[in-house]
Amino acid sequence: MKFQPYHLLFAVLISGSAMLLPACKPHNPTSAVEGDAASKVYVAPGKYDEFYNIVSGGFNGQVSVYGLPSGRLFRIIPVFSQMPENGWGYSEETKPMLNTSHGFVPWDDSHHIALSTTNGEHDGRWAFVNANNTPRIARINLSTFRTEEIIEIPNSSGNHSSPFITENSEYAVAGTRFSYPMDDDASNPDVPISTYKQNFKGTVSFIGINPESGRMNVAFQLLLPGVNFDLSRCGRGPSHDWFFFSCYNTEQANTLLEVNASQKDKDFIMAVNWKKCEEYAKAGKGKVTRVRYAHNVYDETKHAATSTIETETIVLDPKSLKDVVYFMPCPKSPHGCDVDPTGEYICGSGKLAAVIPVFSFSKIQKAISDANFEGEFDGIPVLKYDAVLHGEVKKPGLGPLHTEFDGKGFAYTSFFVSSEIVKWNIEKLEVVDRVPTYYSIGHLCVPGGPTRKPHGKYVIAYNKITKDRYLPTGPELTQSAQLYDISGDKMKLLLDFPTTGEPHYAEAIPASLVTPKQTKIYKIEENNHPYAAKGEKEAKVFREGNKVHVVMTSIRSHFTPDNIEGVKLGDEVYFHVTNLEQDWDVPHGFAVKGANNAEILIMPGETCTLKWVPDRVGVFPIYCTDFCSALHQEMQGYVRVSKSGANVPLTFSTGKKAEEGK
Amino acid sequence: MFSKTTLLTVLLALSIASCTSKKQADEAAKNSPTPSEAATPQPEVHGAEMKSVELTTPLNKEWVSAGKSIYDTKCLACHKLTDEKLVGPGWSGVTRKREPVWIMNMITNVEMMLEKDEEAQKLLEQCLVRMPNQNVTQDDARKILEFMRSNDGEK
Repeated sequence: MKFQPYHLLFAVLISGSAMLLPACKPHNPTSAVEGDAASKVYVAPGKYDEFYNIVSGGFNGQVSVYGLPSGRLFRIIPVFSQMPENGWGYSEETKPMLNTSHGFVPWDDSHHIALSTTNGEHDGRWAFVNANNTPRIARINLSTFRTEEIIEIPNSSGNHSSPFITENSEYAVAGTRFSYPMDDDASNPDVPISTYKQNFKGTVSFIGINPESGRMNVAFQLLLPGVNFDLSRCGRGPSHDWFFFSCYNTEQANTLLEVNASQKDKDFIMAVNWKKCEEYAKAGKGKVTRVRYAHNVYDETKHAATSTIETETIVLDPKSLKDVVYFMPCPKSPHGCDVDPTGEYICGSGKLAAVIPVFSFSKIQKAISDANFEGEFDGIPVLKYDAVLHGEVKKPGLGPLHTEFDGKGFAYTSFFVSSEIVKWNIEKLEVVDRVPTYYSIGHLCVPGGPTRKPHGKYVIAYNKITKDRYLPTGPELTQSAQLYDISGDKMKLLLDFPTTGEPHYAEAIPASLVTPKQTKIYKIEENNHPYAAKGEKEAKVFREGNKVHVVMTSIRSHFTPDNIEGVKLGDEVYFHVTNLEQDWDVPHGFAVKGANNAEILIMPGETCTLKWVPDRVGVFPIYCTDFCSALHQEMQGYVRVSKSGANVPLTFSTGKKAEEGK
Repeated sequence: MFSKTTLLTVLLALSIASCTSKKQADEAAKNSPTPSEAATPQPEVHGAEMKSVELTTPLNKEWVSAGKSIYDTKCLACHKLTDEKLVGPGWSGVTRKREPVWIMNMITNVEMMLEKDEEAQKLLEQCLVRMPNQNVTQDDARKILEFMRSNDGEK
């Protein structure tokens, strides 16, 4: 199960207040769908969906891609994970993508998607996703739906409030959910855990994004009090220069947080003026600290990744800079921290609060200029709650988590404990509609919800519990999303669809912004892989010590070479397979018996390398694993492995009879 | 574009399919409810059909050599320069057997040819592998044609 510690507290809360609030128990699941739902989600054979839904995979470390409104799954993109299906993270070219300062980390816990924006609107270029466990941010190219870059976040732990981005994709952010000891050099010293209040710090990192290439760099970091940074959103329009982060555990507890981090009535939302931070960093007001983090980049023309260990970062101290970071009190253990499309309203979601507080950006500015502070927290000014509050939505439901927007003045907040989505008017702070979810919704997504111009039309619920919704599959059940129509006054449930991993946050983007940019093939002429065979004449096998390089090609329906002899026990064999096809949707696979890693799938025009260390003498088949043609079953060959020191020369061929004609 | 898994079905269908069945399918798709206006049929891009090709003598030597290098990368895996069939037919004599425009369309518009052209369909029945779209531009196809002419002994 996917319960996090605070859920137990919710249970306690429910038992106390369930009778006071409506809709705590979902309606009868089977009566919730109205008659015309099927036709609204039916996408006829041969037709396209209207939206891509880019969904985080949670504990599978991946990202999955669905169509909306059909809920059909198109692709699972390996990001912080290996994938034996296509060799990602197993092939020699992609192994460096999973390198970190801790070495090879082929798994993670990926929570949030951020799609790139220009002027606060979707531009369909990249999807960013965070790794919570070994702090990283990945960038996926939406032309290839491949992970192109992964950057490790130094001075971080529990990268949860990430990778949310600024309006022109200037920066993605990374905040520490788990504060930890940091000394003056920002390293992680050996101190007693009980010294949290004295020694533990949090950081928020701003990861620069190159506007042309998308390449990331750790631009600067803020050194912050030791609390838990949970979620974040950039400002929009008038609040463009600002970023907002929810903070809990302002009690600074280091044990049994379930109780000990739930003591105070209010925690904080932190407002960061990133534009000013940027200026200070450029003006040299930060401290250059020694760190170690991996920066992994996939080169599309070499079809290979490199991993570089970087060693420096700039750390800014808001305590001494004074005017870059402010805390706003927020009831109670806030989770979501969502900015509306106008940029004026910031909605906190206190998991344990009975209200949704809505903050006003213009009031925040006034309170700052009036120095309307109620005090300081660890050297950071705390603004007065009443001075920055637009108002509170009273008794909206139980356990508010996240809020999305439709661009028509309404907000949609998910309620974990009372299992519902509540629609409310932002200006008037009035609840206008509520629908049950099945069950225990976490994140929710309105297409374009976190942009200046939401596309609206649907809200999708990503639920934590699915029992009784699908055919059971033993103790572990599928995860579930639900699609609701929000085009009218009332939200209407249209569809349940199962999802992979554990979806946390997701975004949806109109297909028209993504499909025209699709890469269909890699041009063979532009293949710069050092072991590419651009045509069968370049195929060869050669030895470097105990390494045997097989530079080979695949095309419907044969490999060149397909007979290889002279490999010896103790050799490492590298199969560098170039797919000579230049037609869309014609990958070839490659597999060799007994390989300890994976098979590989090679896209048209691409070169991939599978390393194979034979463990015994004999003849071993190789074959294509992706059904490619009517003669796919004929697409095979053999490698002969002789004992060490045997007198078998290294030879290779394809179709001896055909060779004579050349 | 045919997906790999439907290839066999397509091969079978090629010999028996008629325009009516496609029309019926189109009708069915048209009548079924669509969720949105943005849902569009899958687009497929091919080169424009060529109606005529002009040949000149003597051969353009630069084209012959450029055509040869394109052949090495994109064609050699399946076509020999003799009359021997490998995956596809050997190229020896092809410029005497086929019109230049047929060759050009076969290279740049193979989907169209396999749908419309009887000779192309006969070849598919013999070879049982769809001639792939190798993403060759019309200019490059013309150079390949020049190389074929040279391979057939033209000067």
